[in-house]
Amino acid sequence: MKVLIPSPLRPYTQRSWVEAEGSTLGAVLDDLDRQFPGIRFRMVNEQEALRPHVRFFVKGEALFRLSEPLQPTDELLIVQALSGG
Amino acid sequence: MATKTRKAVPGAAKRPAARKVPVKPRRVLLLVATRKGAWLLHGDAARRSWRVDGPHFLGHIVNHLVLDPRDGRTLLAATKTGHLGPTVFQSTDRGRTWKEAARPPAFAKAADGKGRVVDHTFWLTPGPASEPGVWYAGTSPQGLFRSDDGGVTWSPFSHINDDPKYIEWMGSVQDGTPDGPKLHSIIIDPRDPKHMYFGMSGGGVHESVDGGKTFAPLVDGMQVVEGFDPAVITFHDPHCVRLCPSQPDRLYQQNHCGIYRLDRPSRTWVHIGQSMPKKVGDVGFTMVVHPRDADTAWVLPMDGQTVWPRTSPGGRPAVYVTRNAGKTWQRLDAGLPMEQAWWTIKRQAMTADARDPVGLYFGTTSGELWMSRDEGQRWTCIARHLPEIYAVEAAELA
Repeated sequence: MKVLIPSPLRPYTQRSWVEAEGSTLGAVLDDLDRQFPGIRFRMVNEQEALRPHVRFFVKGEALFRLSEPLQPTDELLIVQALSGG
Repeated sequence: MATKTRKAVPGAAKRPAARKVPVKPRRVLLLVATRKGAWLLHGDAARRSWRVDGPHFLGHIVNHLVLDPRDGRTLLAATKTGHLGPTVFQSTDRGRTWKEAARPPAFAKAADGKGRVVDHTFWLTPGPASEPGVWYAGTSPQGLFRSDDGGVTWSPFSHINDDPKYIEWMGSVQDGTPDGPKLHSIIIDPRDPKHMYFGMSGGGVHESVDGGKTFAPLVDGMQVVEGFDPAVITFHDPHCVRLCPSQPDRLYQQNHCGIYRLDRPSRTWVHIGQSMPKKVGDVGFTMVVHPRDADTAWVLPMDGQTVWPRTSPGGRPAVYVTRNAGKTWQRLDAGLPMEQAWWTIKRQAMTADARDPVGLYFGTTSGELWMSRDEGQRWTCIARHLPEIYAVEAAELA
């Protein structure tokens, strides 16, 4: 599926859209980490929880669990919240 | 705002000739870690001009940037961004290129998913000369980690990260500093790599004599905030601990509750800050020791009254030096602003080089970098307009 990478994570991918595979959000993030080592830990902590301020959307719906199912035709949008000075 | 600066006291810069030591011409590399990136300043042989290299990691929070003294070219940077997870970067060419750690410091995964999470790596310490590639890291919340491969992969080190007693002593996030509780001041005894110390804010000073297999508190003599019980390790808040390289049995400590010295094998810290001027007090974050004279140490006090402004007392910053192991202190403010300077420095943001006379360096919360070429007698601002400075290290290059 196509995955939109937010600008803070583009040093890993060098581009805004990438392709990744997986039947769940967690599996897609695993595939991203295989392609771009280190990117997953910036979004998912060592207790397997999504980090605050990193949001995931498919078809306009927010995903909050790594176990959320995904379809190959989905587009996953990863959004990085920014705040403060 | 225009500010006045103090002049040096005539003759005050002279130090005893006995301390003169022959040193090869070396250059100082300053490693400046800030809230929004890192800078390297390359000094000339006289430490008078500085070539600026940076920013590195612009926009990243860099808590510590350290050069490996064992090879003189490997740098480690502890970084995170405002909202992404923490990591460590390694450079093996003194900052020309950087590579992210394959496995940054992270706590063990708990079966119920409720384990602790590293917010940021705060402190980096290279291992001893006899163990090339070994590094130690302290994190927020308090955790101790080790790398055996030059900072590429990190693992939890010792029992403390999961020890129920240590977890209790670390307290909750609410017990920590506003930016999170921290494990810092990881010190390896230069005579014996199995002899180690670290500090926790909060959670006290701790020592291991078996290479980190076990640690035990070392807090006797340290005060805690009025009304609390010093027997409770949680209440102890060492801000910065330094071992004297010329006399490794001597430690100095800047604590939330004053300045202390410890001469081993004693286990009782001596409150040497009591001889500081009462109007200034002995609260601060940083502690710097002389590379060759264990009786000499420097602090930069901050205002710890009422709501703890944590600014220069009275808006008049000054370094204080002791030349007699804490019996007396002298104010060193020549060249520093005389009024309306409300910055302070954080615990990693003051350091010394090993030249003779010793060069001192500190970075302010307002983004200024100051230095003294004569052990604090005269101060000069060598960089302005940087982001808030978190850490300054001085490395010696051949």
